[in-house]
Amino acid sequence: MNATVRVSVIALFCLAAAACAKKQEVKPPPPPEAPTPTAPATTEGVFTPADLQSNACLRTRVVYFDFDKSEIKSQFDDIVACHAKYLRDRPMARMTIEGNADERGTREYNLGLGERRGNSLASALEAAGASADQIKVVSYGEERPVCREHNEGCWQQNRRDNIVYTTE
Amino acid sequence: MRMQRLLLTMALAMLAALLATQAGAQSLTLQIINGVPSAIPITVVPFGQQGSGPAAPVDVAQVVGMDLARSGKFRTLPDGEIVQSPTTGSQIKFATWQQLKQDYIVVGTTVYAGGVLTATFQLWDVNKQQMLLQAAVARQGSDLRRVAHEIADAIYQKIIGVRGAFDTRIAYVTMVGLGHAAQYSLVVADSDGYNPQTVVRSHEALLSPTWSPDGRELAYVSFESGNSAIYIQNVSTGARRLVSGRPGINGAPRFSPDGKKLAVSLSFQGNPEIYVMDLGSGALTRLTHNLAIDTEPSWTPDGQNIIFTSDRSGKPQLYEIPAAGGVPQRITFQGQYNADVAVDYDGNKLAMVQGNGNVYRIAVMDRSLGGQEIFVSPGNLDDSPSWAPNASMLLYAATEGPRGVLYSVSADGRVRQRLVLSDGDVREPAWGPYRNP
Repeated sequence: MNATVRVSVIALFCLAAAACAKKQEVKPPPPPEAPTPTAPATTEGVFTPADLQSNACLRTRVVYFDFDKSEIKSQFDDIVACHAKYLRDRPMARMTIEGNADERGTREYNLGLGERRGNSLASALEAAGASADQIKVVSYGEERPVCREHNEGCWQQNRRDNIVYTTE
Repeated sequence: MRMQRLLLTMALAMLAALLATQAGAQSLTLQIINGVPSAIPITVVPFGQQGSGPAAPVDVAQVVGMDLARSGKFRTLPDGEIVQSPTTGSQIKFATWQQLKQDYIVVGTTVYAGGVLTATFQLWDVNKQQMLLQAAVARQGSDLRRVAHEIADAIYQKIIGVRGAFDTRIAYVTMVGLGHAAQYSLVVADSDGYNPQTVVRSHEALLSPTWSPDGRELAYVSFESGNSAIYIQNVSTGARRLVSGRPGINGAPRFSPDGKKLAVSLSFQGNPEIYVMDLGSGALTRLTHNLAIDTEPSWTPDGQNIIFTSDRSGKPQLYEIPAAGGVPQRITFQGQYNADVAVDYDGNKLAMVQGNGNVYRIAVMDRSLGGQEIFVSPGNLDDSPSWAPNASMLLYAATEGPRGVLYSVSADGRVRQRLVLSDGDVREPAWGPYRNP
């Protein structure tokens, strides 16, 4: 079900995007501008670890950023909301947010930029009710790119926070 | 289609890994990108061999010639045009070399016995027919190439009037493989890229190597613990110690000129700030206090000030602050993005990464000339400038296609040379101090 939804979302996106075929071959599939999964992070019930695998919103663990920016874009509001709810529902749960930058500029400055992006997501989660002790931020700067070409298409996939649950 | 591509990628990765294993730590090779017509013409005649021992394992004259050419200050006569082979001054027919428009000629002999390489050489002024220098240099073991670098240093100093920096070492980081197969190595090599020795290996990123002023230690950042941490390691013994593994960023180490302190960027108090760590006691002095990213500290040669990168004005720019604490002053105003300063030995020349749009180049600002700036690299993704100890040349990292490469460039930007490592991505060069202070 989820897979078919995702495929049709990509198909729709491809109708709009000219360089569709090429884009599909890029190794990390989700392009940052793709619409976020539509499954709403409803407040019905309480999240359990199983939801990390089955809930479309909780399964989304990446937030993308604009160049040289660390603000969480509104398109990721749902992601922030569902992960914050998960942390609220499960006080023992812990996550590491890995902040990343694209390759432009110096490695040490990009470490700072990655951390700023990680902190930005951590603040948003805390503002939505998660506890600060549940969240750890690590910056990898530009050291862990998911895409290695030297163009904006690639860079936008690298400017990201990855959410990693260390205790579910 | 997609599967095929994946298989091909995997096959290539395996092949690369195989080649890397077979080749071991490969030498960097040199490539002249563009020369300078005004460079001083000099001939280094192949050295004669004395005695009946084995042939010298190093072609001393060739290494001397490559060093001199690499500096951008000299133009060496190609081997094919060296029509006579004098090995001492009395054998030089000056008319021949005058006709070839040579200003200087170097002749010499080598003896290789008992593992010791000894070279005796003379430097002559072709027009005055006058000997300027003669000396003998001997080395053994893994140091044989140093014989040639020391001769090149002596010639450079005699003609240019500045101490040569050929007999020095460089450090850099290589990466082979991707993802979980990635292998990072911190490598130390001679200044011409030969004799590479891996001093640290890790499956996680290594960055920002920097030399202690005595050349015995390297400080660097390793992600081996899952987060950035700063280590100091003895280059010859391999012994190392963790100097900062605090929560948050532990980055950008630089030794003070007296070697007793380490300037660093740490974020354990909220966001990246500049600190000075006393290496004896471990005590930290915090220098900056604001919400910006403050990083990449570098000392002025007198140890009085620290120049660092800060984006407190919006984009990264360079600021200078007294090392004992004080008010930071912004010092860069050209270019949208200025970061990662390298300060030369007298504090006049600041090399930095300057970004405009998507183009990042190495710029050199001369503070003795009112802050005049020149670009010494073409871009588009150049970073990590590092001065030779005599400021005649810089090393920097560039990106070419899928990988990183290192360049050396003369301080005026007119002669560039690529140091190619054949089996991986090379980055983060750091030029070490003189070896015999």
